[in-house]
Amino acid sequence: MRIGVLFSGGKDSTLALHKAAEKEEVACLITLVSKNKESFMFHTPNIDVTTLQAEALGLPLVQKVTEGKPEEEVKDLEEAIAQAVKAYKIEGVVSGAVESVYQSERIQRVCSRLGVWCFNPLWKRNQKALLEEIVAKGFKVIISGVFAYPLDSIWLGKEVNTELIGKLLRLEKEFGLSPSGEGGEIETTVLDAPLFKKKIEILDYEVDAKGNSGVFRIKQARLTAK
Amino acid sequence: MILVADLNFKKDSLGFYEFVSPIVAIVEELGECVVRHYLEVKQEDLSNCSKIILSGTALKDNVTLNQTDKFEWIKDCGKPILGICAGMQTLGVVFGARLEKCLEIGMVQVTTLMANPLFSSSFKAYALHNYSIQPSLEFDVLADSAKCVQAIKHKHKDIYGVLFHPEVRNKEIIQRFIRAL
Repeated sequence: MRIGVLFSGGKDSTLALHKAAEKEEVACLITLVSKNKESFMFHTPNIDVTTLQAEALGLPLVQKVTEGKPEEEVKDLEEAIAQAVKAYKIEGVVSGAVESVYQSERIQRVCSRLGVWCFNPLWKRNQKALLEEIVAKGFKVIISGVFAYPLDSIWLGKEVNTELIGKLLRLEKEFGLSPSGEGGEIETTVLDAPLFKKKIEILDYEVDAKGNSGVFRIKQARLTAK
Repeated sequence: MILVADLNFKKDSLGFYEFVSPIVAIVEELGECVVRHYLEVKQEDLSNCSKIILSGTALKDNVTLNQTDKFEWIKDCGKPILGICAGMQTLGVVFGARLEKCLEIGMVQVTTLMANPLFSSSFKAYALHNYSIQPSLEFDVLADSAKCVQAIKHKHKDIYGVLFHPEVRNKEIIQRFIRAL
Protein backbone atom coordinates (compact mmCIF):
# COMPACT_ATOMS: atom_id res chain seq x y z
CA MET A 1 0.00 0.00 0.00
CA ARG A 2 1.35 3.44 -0.90
CA ILE A 3 1.35 5.72 2.14
CA GLY A 4 1.52 9.47 2.67
CA VAL A 5 2.79 10.44 6.12
CA LEU A 6 1.44 13.56 7.83
CA PHE A 7 4.76 15.06 8.78
CA SER A 8 5.61 17.91 11.13
CA GLY A 9 9.29 17.05 11.51
CA GLY A 10 8.86 16.27 15.21
CA LYS A 11 9.53 12.99 17.00
CA ASP A 12 6.00 11.54 16.74
CA SER A 13 5.44 11.94 13.02
CA THR A 14 9.01 10.80 12.32
CA LEU A 15 8.59 7.67 14.44
CA ALA A 16 5.20 7.03 12.76
CA LEU A 17 6.98 7.33 9.40
CA HIS A 18 9.52 4.70 10.46
CA LYS A 19 6.76 2.33 11.58
CA ALA A 20 4.88 2.86 8.32
CA ALA A 21 8.03 2.17 6.31
CA GLU A 22 8.48 -1.17 8.11
CA LYS A 23 5.06 -2.35 6.87
CA GLU A 24 4.17 -0.46 3.70
CA GLU A 25 5.65 1.76 1.00
CA VAL A 26 5.99 5.39 2.05
CA ALA A 27 5.44 7.44 -1.11
CA CYS A 28 5.48 11.02 0.22
CA LEU A 29 5.34 13.32 3.20
CA ILE A 30 2.46 15.76 3.72
CA THR A 31 3.06 18.93 5.72
CA LEU A 32 0.65 21.68 6.73
CA VAL A 33 2.42 24.94 7.46
CA SER A 34 0.17 26.76 9.91
CA LYS A 35 0.30 30.51 10.37
CA ASN A 36 -1.63 30.17 13.62
CA LYS A 37 0.62 29.63 16.65
CA GLU A 38 -2.38 28.40 18.66
CA SER A 39 -3.45 25.70 16.18
CA PHE A 40 -4.30 22.38 17.88
CA MET A 41 -3.78 20.55 14.61
CA PHE A 42 -0.56 21.59 12.95
CA HIS A 43 1.57 24.24 14.58
CA THR A 44 5.19 23.47 15.34
CA PRO A 45 8.14 25.88 15.63
CA ASN A 46 10.46 24.55 12.91
CA ILE A 47 7.96 23.50 10.27
CA ASP A 48 10.19 24.98 7.54
CA VAL A 49 12.83 22.37 8.37
CA THR A 50 10.50 19.69 6.90
CA THR A 51 11.89 20.62 3.47
CA LEU A 52 15.40 19.58 4.57
CA GLN A 53 14.08 16.54 6.41
CA ALA A 54 12.23 15.37 3.28
CA GLU A 55 15.43 15.77 1.30
CA ALA A 56 17.34 13.82 3.98
CA LEU A 57 14.73 11.06 3.72
CA GLY A 58 14.72 11.12 -0.07
CA LEU A 59 10.94 11.56 -0.10
CA PRO A 60 8.80 14.07 -1.98
CA LEU A 61 7.03 16.63 0.21
CA VAL A 62 3.50 17.91 -0.33
CA GLN A 63 3.46 21.18 1.54
CA LYS A 64 0.43 23.42 2.03
CA VAL A 65 0.14 26.70 3.91
CA THR A 66 -2.91 27.11 6.14
CA GLU A 67 -4.17 30.13 8.05
CA GLY A 68 -4.76 27.68 10.87
CA LYS A 69 -8.33 28.66 11.64
CA PRO A 70 -10.22 25.86 13.41
CA GLU A 71 -12.01 23.57 10.91
CA GLU A 72 -10.80 25.60 7.90
CA GLU A 73 -7.38 24.07 8.49
CA VAL A 74 -9.05 20.66 8.21
CA LYS A 75 -10.24 21.62 4.72
CA ASP A 76 -6.65 22.59 3.91
CA LEU A 77 -5.52 19.19 5.18
CA GLU A 78 -8.09 17.53 2.93
CA GLU A 79 -6.77 19.47 -0.06
CA ALA A 80 -3.18 18.50 0.76
CA ILE A 81 -4.05 14.80 1.08
CA ALA A 82 -6.12 14.95 -2.12
CA GLN A 83 -3.09 16.47 -3.84
CA ALA A 84 -0.90 13.61 -2.53
CA VAL A 85 -3.45 11.05 -3.74
CA LYS A 86 -3.33 12.58 -7.20
CA ALA A 87 0.43 13.19 -7.42
CA TYR A 88 1.80 10.14 -5.62
CA LYS A 89 -1.10 7.66 -5.87
CA ILE A 90 -1.23 7.16 -2.11
CA GLU A 91 -3.89 4.79 -0.81
CA GLY A 92 -3.40 5.49 2.87
CA VAL A 93 -2.36 8.18 5.34
CA VAL A 94 -0.30 7.77 8.52
CA SER A 95 -0.33 10.24 11.39
CA GLY A 96 1.70 10.47 14.60
CA ALA A 97 -1.39 10.98 16.79
CA VAL A 98 -0.88 9.44 20.24
CA GLU A 99 -3.70 10.59 22.51
CA SER A 100 -5.48 13.47 20.82
CA VAL A 101 -8.99 12.47 19.77
CA TYR A 102 -9.38 16.06 18.49
CA GLN A 103 -6.62 15.51 15.92
CA SER A 104 -7.26 11.89 15.08
CA GLU A 105 -11.01 12.18 14.51
CA ARG A 106 -10.47 15.06 12.09
CA ILE A 107 -7.82 13.14 10.18
CA GLN A 108 -10.04 10.04 10.12
CA ARG A 109 -12.97 12.06 8.73
CA VAL A 110 -10.82 13.58 6.00
CA CYS A 111 -9.48 10.15 5.02
CA SER A 112 -13.01 8.72 5.04
CA ARG A 113 -14.24 11.48 2.73
CA LEU A 114 -11.32 10.89 0.36
CA GLY A 115 -11.68 7.11 0.50
CA VAL A 116 -8.13 6.47 1.74
CA TRP A 117 -6.94 4.31 4.62
CA CYS A 118 -5.89 5.99 7.86
CA PHE A 119 -3.38 4.56 10.33
CA ASN A 120 -2.12 5.93 13.64
CA PRO A 121 0.72 3.60 14.64
CA LEU A 122 1.52 5.46 17.87
CA TRP A 123 -2.11 5.54 19.04
CA LYS A 124 -2.44 5.12 22.84
CA ARG A 125 1.27 4.40 23.11
CA ASN A 126 2.82 4.66 26.56
CA GLN A 127 4.71 7.97 26.54
CA LYS A 128 7.78 6.72 28.41
CA ALA A 129 8.06 3.75 26.04
CA LEU A 130 7.66 6.07 23.06
CA LEU A 131 10.51 8.34 24.22
CA GLU A 132 12.70 5.34 24.99
CA GLU A 133 12.06 3.85 21.54
CA ILE A 134 13.18 7.09 19.91
CA VAL A 135 16.47 7.02 21.82
CA ALA A 136 16.95 3.26 21.28
CA LYS A 137 16.44 3.64 17.54
CA GLY A 138 19.12 6.32 17.38
CA PHE A 139 16.96 9.35 16.61
CA LYS A 140 18.61 12.69 17.22
CA VAL A 141 15.82 14.90 18.52
CA ILE A 142 16.01 18.34 20.10
CA ILE A 143 13.45 20.23 22.12
CA SER A 144 12.35 23.10 19.93
CA GLY A 145 9.43 24.43 21.95
CA VAL A 146 8.35 24.57 25.59
CA PHE A 147 4.91 25.78 26.59
CA ALA A 148 4.22 24.77 30.19
CA TYR A 149 5.41 25.21 33.76
CA PRO A 150 8.04 24.36 34.95
CA LEU A 151 9.75 24.14 31.54
CA ASP A 152 11.77 27.16 30.49
CA SER A 153 14.45 28.33 28.05
CA ILE A 154 17.08 26.01 29.60
CA TRP A 155 15.29 23.07 27.93
CA LEU A 156 15.38 24.57 24.44
CA GLY A 157 17.83 22.94 22.04
CA LYS A 158 18.52 20.06 24.46
CA GLU A 159 18.80 16.62 22.92
CA VAL A 160 16.29 13.97 23.94
CA ASN A 161 18.40 11.26 25.60
CA THR A 162 18.05 8.89 28.54
CA GLU A 163 19.02 11.55 31.05
CA LEU A 164 16.52 14.06 29.68
CA ILE A 165 13.75 11.42 29.63
CA GLY A 166 14.49 10.79 33.31
CA LYS A 167 14.06 14.50 34.04
CA LEU A 168 10.79 14.63 32.10
CA LEU A 169 9.46 11.62 34.00
CA ARG A 170 10.28 13.33 37.29
CA LEU A 171 8.34 16.39 36.14
CA GLU A 172 5.44 14.11 35.26
CA LYS A 173 5.35 12.81 38.83
CA GLU A 174 5.79 16.22 40.40
CA PHE A 175 3.71 18.47 38.15
CA GLY A 176 1.60 16.13 36.00
CA LEU A 177 3.53 17.18 32.90
CA SER A 178 3.01 14.92 29.89
CA PRO A 179 6.57 13.62 29.31
CA SER A 180 6.25 13.39 25.54
CA GLY A 181 4.35 16.67 25.28
CA GLU A 182 0.95 15.20 24.47
CA GLY A 183 -0.77 18.25 25.91
CA GLY A 184 1.31 20.57 23.75
CA GLU A 185 3.82 21.18 26.55
CA ILE A 186 6.81 20.30 24.37
CA GLU A 187 7.60 20.46 20.65
CA THR A 188 10.53 18.65 19.10
CA THR A 189 12.55 18.69 15.89
CA VAL A 190 14.27 15.60 14.46
CA LEU A 191 17.80 16.16 13.15
CA ASP A 192 18.62 12.54 12.36
CA ALA A 193 16.87 9.17 12.29
CA PRO A 194 17.59 5.72 10.84
CA LEU A 195 15.84 6.47 7.54
CA PHE A 196 17.64 9.79 7.07
CA LYS A 197 20.29 9.39 4.38
CA LYS A 198 21.93 12.58 5.64
CA LYS A 199 21.67 14.38 8.96
CA ILE A 200 20.72 17.98 9.64
CA GLU A 201 23.35 20.36 10.94
CA ILE A 202 22.13 23.57 12.54
CA LEU A 203 24.17 26.57 11.38
CA ASP A 204 22.20 29.36 13.02
CA TYR A 205 19.33 29.55 15.48
CA GLU A 206 17.59 31.88 17.87
CA VAL A 207 15.93 31.29 21.20
CA ASP A 208 12.76 33.25 21.74
CA ALA A 209 11.57 32.59 25.28
CA LYS A 210 9.70 34.23 28.10
CA GLY A 211 8.92 32.50 31.39
CA ASN A 212 7.58 29.04 30.69
CA SER A 213 7.07 29.54 27.00
CA GLY A 214 9.69 29.58 24.29
CA VAL A 215 10.92 28.27 20.98
CA PHE A 216 14.27 27.21 19.57
CA ARG A 217 13.99 28.49 16.02
CA ILE A 218 16.35 27.06 13.41
CA LYS A 219 17.31 29.96 11.14
CA GLN A 220 19.81 28.17 8.94
CA ALA A 221 20.65 24.50 8.53
CA ARG A 222 22.16 22.11 6.01
CA LEU A 223 22.43 18.42 5.29
CA THR A 224 25.72 16.72 6.07
CA ALA A 225 27.00 13.18 5.60
CA LYS A 226 26.24 10.67 8.37
CA MET B 1 -4.76 -16.27 29.72
CA ILE B 2 -6.68 -13.87 27.49
CA LEU B 3 -6.63 -14.49 23.73
CA VAL B 4 -6.64 -11.29 21.68
CA ALA B 5 -7.61 -12.03 18.08
CA ASP B 6 -6.16 -9.54 15.60
CA LEU B 7 -8.87 -8.86 12.99
CA ASN B 8 -6.75 -6.62 10.77
CA PHE B 9 -6.72 -7.39 7.04
CA LYS B 10 -3.38 -9.16 7.23
CA LYS B 11 -0.98 -10.48 9.85
CA ASP B 12 1.55 -7.96 11.17
CA SER B 13 -0.29 -5.08 9.50
CA LEU B 14 0.12 -1.36 10.03
CA GLY B 15 -3.25 -1.46 11.82
CA PHE B 16 -1.85 -3.73 14.56
CA TYR B 17 -0.31 -0.86 16.56
CA GLU B 18 -3.55 1.07 16.65
CA PHE B 19 -6.20 -1.61 17.06
CA VAL B 20 -4.45 -4.49 18.85
CA SER B 21 -1.56 -3.06 20.90
CA PRO B 22 -3.76 -0.76 23.06
CA ILE B 23 -5.99 -3.75 23.98
CA VAL B 24 -2.94 -5.87 24.78
CA ALA B 25 -1.58 -3.09 27.04
CA ILE B 26 -4.83 -3.05 29.05
CA VAL B 27 -5.00 -6.85 29.28
CA GLU B 28 -1.37 -7.16 30.36
CA GLU B 29 -1.99 -4.85 33.31
CA LEU B 30 -4.24 -7.60 34.70
CA GLY B 31 -2.70 -10.83 33.49
CA GLU B 32 -1.31 -12.91 30.68
CA CYS B 33 -2.20 -12.35 27.07
CA VAL B 34 -1.63 -14.15 23.79
CA VAL B 35 -2.21 -12.55 20.39
CA ARG B 36 -3.17 -14.42 17.22
CA HIS B 37 -4.15 -13.15 13.81
CA TYR B 38 -7.68 -14.36 13.13
CA LEU B 39 -6.51 -16.64 10.33
CA GLU B 40 -4.14 -18.37 12.75
CA VAL B 41 -6.43 -19.03 15.72
CA LYS B 42 -6.05 -22.72 16.54
CA GLN B 43 -8.18 -25.06 18.65
CA GLU B 44 -5.28 -25.15 21.09
CA ASP B 45 -5.46 -21.36 21.54
CA LEU B 46 -9.18 -21.58 22.24
CA SER B 47 -8.66 -24.38 24.76
CA ASN B 48 -5.83 -22.63 26.58
CA CYS B 49 -7.47 -19.22 27.04
CA SER B 50 -10.04 -18.16 29.61
CA LYS B 51 -11.54 -15.31 27.54
CA ILE B 52 -11.31 -13.92 24.04
CA ILE B 53 -11.23 -10.35 22.72
CA LEU B 54 -11.77 -9.67 19.01
CA SER B 55 -9.99 -6.46 17.96
CA GLY B 56 -11.25 -3.65 15.79
CA THR B 57 -9.70 -2.63 12.48
CA ALA B 58 -9.03 0.46 10.38
CA LEU B 59 -12.12 2.25 9.09
CA LYS B 60 -11.65 0.93 5.55
CA ASP B 61 -10.86 -2.59 6.70
CA ASN B 62 -13.99 -4.75 6.44
CA VAL B 63 -12.19 -7.93 5.37
CA THR B 64 -13.49 -10.17 8.18
CA LEU B 65 -17.10 -9.38 7.25
CA ASN B 66 -16.56 -11.43 4.09
CA GLN B 67 -14.73 -14.18 5.96
CA THR B 68 -17.15 -15.02 8.74
CA ASP B 69 -16.63 -18.73 7.98
CA LYS B 70 -13.25 -18.28 9.71
CA PHE B 71 -15.09 -17.43 12.93
CA GLU B 72 -17.46 -20.39 13.27
CA TRP B 73 -15.59 -21.30 16.46
CA ILE B 74 -17.27 -18.34 18.17
CA LYS B 75 -20.53 -20.33 18.31
CA ASP B 76 -19.30 -23.26 20.35
CA CYS B 77 -15.93 -22.42 21.96
CA GLY B 78 -17.71 -21.89 25.29
CA LYS B 79 -15.47 -18.98 26.36
CA PRO B 80 -16.57 -15.42 27.18
CA ILE B 81 -15.97 -13.22 24.13
CA LEU B 82 -15.82 -9.44 23.71
CA GLY B 83 -15.92 -8.19 20.12
CA ILE B 84 -14.78 -4.61 19.58
CA CYS B 85 -16.01 -2.66 16.52
CA ALA B 86 -15.17 -4.99 13.58
CA GLY B 87 -15.10 -7.69 16.26
CA MET B 88 -18.72 -6.95 17.18
CA GLN B 89 -19.77 -6.69 13.54
CA THR B 90 -18.07 -10.00 12.73
CA LEU B 91 -19.46 -12.00 15.65
CA GLY B 92 -22.88 -10.48 15.00
CA VAL B 93 -22.81 -11.62 11.37
CA VAL B 94 -21.66 -15.10 12.45
CA PHE B 95 -24.95 -15.31 14.36
CA GLY B 96 -27.02 -13.93 11.47
CA ALA B 97 -26.98 -10.16 12.12
CA ARG B 98 -27.76 -7.72 9.33
CA LEU B 99 -25.12 -5.06 8.59
CA GLU B 100 -26.37 -1.48 8.42
CA LYS B 101 -24.48 1.50 7.08
CA CYS B 102 -23.68 3.82 10.00
CA LEU B 103 -20.70 6.14 9.86
CA GLU B 104 -19.54 7.51 13.21
CA ILE B 105 -16.10 9.02 13.82
CA GLY B 106 -15.10 10.56 17.16
CA MET B 107 -16.74 10.78 20.56
CA VAL B 108 -20.39 9.68 20.65
CA GLN B 109 -22.94 9.53 23.47
CA VAL B 110 -23.76 5.93 24.32
CA THR B 111 -26.96 5.13 26.25
CA THR B 112 -27.30 1.91 28.20
CA LEU B 113 -30.60 0.16 27.47
CA MET B 114 -30.16 -3.01 29.54
CA ALA B 115 -28.29 -3.66 32.78
CA ASN B 116 -25.06 -5.59 32.24
CA PRO B 117 -21.70 -6.19 33.98
CA LEU B 118 -19.61 -4.05 31.62
CA PHE B 119 -21.13 -0.54 31.72
CA SER B 120 -24.12 1.47 32.89
CA SER B 121 -25.98 4.77 32.39
CA SER B 122 -24.93 7.17 29.64
CA PHE B 123 -21.32 7.80 28.69
CA LYS B 124 -19.10 9.11 25.91
CA ALA B 125 -17.05 6.69 23.86
CA TYR B 126 -14.75 6.82 20.83
CA ALA B 127 -16.39 5.54 17.64
CA LEU B 128 -14.74 4.66 14.33
CA HIS B 129 -16.96 2.60 12.07
CA ASN B 130 -18.76 2.50 8.75
CA TYR B 131 -21.32 -0.11 9.81
CA SER B 132 -23.44 -1.12 12.73
CA ILE B 133 -25.60 -4.23 12.93
CA GLN B 134 -29.15 -5.29 13.59
CA PRO B 135 -28.42 -8.41 15.65
CA SER B 136 -30.31 -11.67 15.33
CA LEU B 137 -32.99 -12.58 17.86
CA GLU B 138 -30.40 -14.52 19.87
CA PHE B 139 -28.96 -11.18 21.05
CA ASP B 140 -30.08 -8.36 23.32
CA VAL B 141 -29.19 -4.78 22.48
CA LEU B 142 -27.37 -3.41 25.54
CA ALA B 143 -26.73 0.14 24.32
CA ASP B 144 -27.22 2.51 21.43
CA SER B 145 -26.20 5.97 20.21
CA ALA B 146 -28.35 8.51 18.39
CA LYS B 147 -27.51 6.69 15.15
CA CYS B 148 -27.17 2.97 15.79
CA VAL B 149 -26.74 -0.10 18.00
CA GLN B 150 -23.59 0.25 20.11
CA ALA B 151 -23.49 -2.90 22.24
CA ILE B 152 -24.98 -6.40 22.19
CA LYS B 153 -25.00 -9.58 24.28
CA HIS B 154 -25.96 -13.10 23.38
CA LYS B 155 -29.06 -14.08 25.35
CA HIS B 156 -27.59 -17.36 26.66
CA LYS B 157 -23.80 -17.06 26.30
CA ASP B 158 -21.18 -14.62 27.61
CA ILE B 159 -20.67 -13.19 24.14
CA TYR B 160 -20.55 -9.39 24.08
CA GLY B 161 -19.99 -6.85 21.35
CA VAL B 162 -19.27 -3.13 21.57
CA LEU B 163 -19.19 -1.03 18.43
CA PHE B 164 -17.23 1.81 20.05
CA HIS B 165 -13.55 1.43 21.01
CA PRO B 166 -13.32 1.02 24.82
CA GLU B 167 -9.53 0.90 24.62
CA VAL B 168 -9.48 4.61 23.74
CA ARG B 169 -11.48 6.32 26.50
CA ASN B 170 -13.33 3.55 28.39
CA LYS B 171 -10.68 1.00 29.29
CA GLU B 172 -12.62 0.03 32.44
CA ILE B 173 -15.03 -1.85 30.16
CA ILE B 174 -12.23 -4.17 29.04
CA GLN B 175 -11.03 -4.47 32.65
CA ARG B 176 -14.54 -5.46 33.80
CA PHE B 177 -14.80 -8.02 30.99
CA ILE B 178 -11.56 -9.56 32.23
CA ARG B 179 -12.37 -9.37 35.94
CA ALA B 180 -16.12 -9.73 36.22
CA LEU B 181 -17.13 -12.56 33.89
